[in-house]
Amino acid sequence: MAVQNLQSVTAELSPEELEAAARRDAEGQANFDRVIADDSRIEPKDWMPAAYRKTLLRQISQHAHSEIIGMQPEANWISRAPSLKRKAILMAKVQDEAGHGLYLYSAAETLGQSRDKMMDDLIAGKARYSSIFNYPARTWADMGAIGWLVDGAAICNQVPLCRASYGPYGRAMVRVCKEESFHQRQGFEILLELANGTPEQKQMAQDAVDRWYAPALMMFGPPDDDSPNSRQSMAWNIKRFSNDELRHRFVGMMAEQVKVLGLTLPDDQVRFNEETKKWEHGPLDWNEFKEVLAGRGPCNAQRLERRRQAHDDGAWVREAAAAYAAKQQAKQSMTTKEDAA
Amino acid sequence: MNSETTTGHGDISTGMAAPAGSGDSNASATRITPGNALRPEDIALEVRTGLVKPSADVAEYALRLGDDALILAQRLGHWISRAPELEEDVALGNIALDQLGHARSFLTYAGGALGENGEAKSEDDLAYFRREHEFRSAHLFEQPNGDFAATIARQFVVSYYQFELYRRLTQSTDATLAAIAAKAVKEVDYHRDHSTQWVLRLAGGTEESRRRMIHGLKMMWPYVGELFEDDALLTRLGETGAAVVPSSIRDDFDRLTGEVLTEAGLEVPDVPVAPGGGRQGKHSEYLGYILAEMQVLAREHPGASW
Repeated sequence: MAVQNLQSVTAELSPEELEAAARRDAEGQANFDRVIADDSRIEPKDWMPAAYRKTLLRQISQHAHSEIIGMQPEANWISRAPSLKRKAILMAKVQDEAGHGLYLYSAAETLGQSRDKMMDDLIAGKARYSSIFNYPARTWADMGAIGWLVDGAAICNQVPLCRASYGPYGRAMVRVCKEESFHQRQGFEILLELANGTPEQKQMAQDAVDRWYAPALMMFGPPDDDSPNSRQSMAWNIKRFSNDELRHRFVGMMAEQVKVLGLTLPDDQVRFNEETKKWEHGPLDWNEFKEVLAGRGPCNAQRLERRRQAHDDGAWVREAAAAYAAKQQAKQSMTTKEDAA
Repeated sequence: MNSETTTGHGDISTGMAAPAGSGDSNASATRITPGNALRPEDIALEVRTGLVKPSADVAEYALRLGDDALILAQRLGHWISRAPELEEDVALGNIALDQLGHARSFLTYAGGALGENGEAKSEDDLAYFRREHEFRSAHLFEQPNGDFAATIARQFVVSYYQFELYRRLTQSTDATLAAIAAKAVKEVDYHRDHSTQWVLRLAGGTEESRRRMIHGLKMMWPYVGELFEDDALLTRLGETGAAVVPSSIRDDFDRLTGEVLTEAGLEVPDVPVAPGGGRQGKHSEYLGYILAEMQVLAREHPGASW
């Protein structure tokens, strides 16, 4: 992949070539700026600034990793789902997440990095994924709370990403968002059923909402005054709203929906501020957020180990598939040659 | 029963016209066809409103087919988030979902004759509140996942068996069984294709994959015999044309799996046949653990709805 990074190639270029490269970069930058100003789309073959490419690659691959690691807390309940219908829905949901991971890795690959490399970075602990998945799914009600709160927060984040300036990312998000909205509804439905069930079931639902509420709010990222990358992402039309704007919007939606559930949010400071016309919430424990991000969450080691194990256990299968494909190809080219002769 | 010969895995069409009233015969297994696809909920409604009611024999037969599919779905579901490639998380998840769908339909139908005081038992009553000896699954479906090759070996046997079975069951004199089979056979055809491709790949890939594939087949083959055993129930139902007599599909199974094994340069494993007994409630040691896990939450909250 020809990455537009002049520093790395200058040594091998003649002065004329260097000048031509600089001209191409200037033209590319002008085109890029125009596309961004028009709120139009950058496509994989278009010139783009190295920092834009790097930012997107990081964001999309982290998003893909989150889908893949995010399969684990829910896969934890597939075998114990309390009805066959719920089992089927949960299986389909976790399967969707593998599908989302696939679209997103493909979108990231258009920026010049292979899926294998991204996967290696993930299992080596070099790449990040959403911290929310480092919390344990302790009870069945967590399947409801994850769908309602975690997927709900993800949708708030992702709907504006459908308009992201990078084409493959925006298009992947359109598809992902459609499925995510099903996921959120099924989570809401699980909680609704529990909230209207036995006292034990209702308690289970409330406990799950209590545990997932704050981590879900923190999914939007640090407060705006502590989010150094946000401004650049917004200038590039990757991000459309600030972390706090999205978080406030999300709290407002949840505050209404929780009433339908007949449950409560574990935050007595949720209110609509008539002056600012914004929803507000109580303080969040950003220290906990940083701890989990730094690897000191309840399930960080477990999640990564499980991914590594699946990857290692599957190595011989991937090798076999590659060897078989190579043999088939060799056979085919032999046949083609024979036919030609 | 229809006994026309089937083609091997290269032919993805079933060559069967679905009987009238069995749903959309053009429905794709991978495309949602709202309004046409037969859902367990539709069967439940028919059972509840008394539109259909299986005989005791048919219910017992449906229980067998449903339990096979349910236990296999439970096994396959474990692969989701653990497969060798993301594509296989999706593929094995899909097969598990298909099997679970078939299980739900068969169990819902079986429940129509298994309740007391004229009340039907639901799919969940049957899945979550029966004890081990009341299950009717064959031992093959209960076998552990093992490594990917063992899972593929099990799936290879299952999908060729189920395909031959369901293909004929679409002609059942029992309209509900025929309708369930008409939907299932299209899906199982994909399972057949998936497992065949992997048998070829693993057998022809590396030395290690070949060794593992041979081992996987060897581990599963003792339980093949049970699938094709006839008994009094099957003979009775075979005579009325409601069920497929298992011994009648053995030749096609042997021929078609044999073709794939030959192409893969493998031999049919030369292993002693295990006696089975699943149809009479005599199970492998594995089933108890499968049920313990599957049933634990539902049993903690008897009577709850989810």
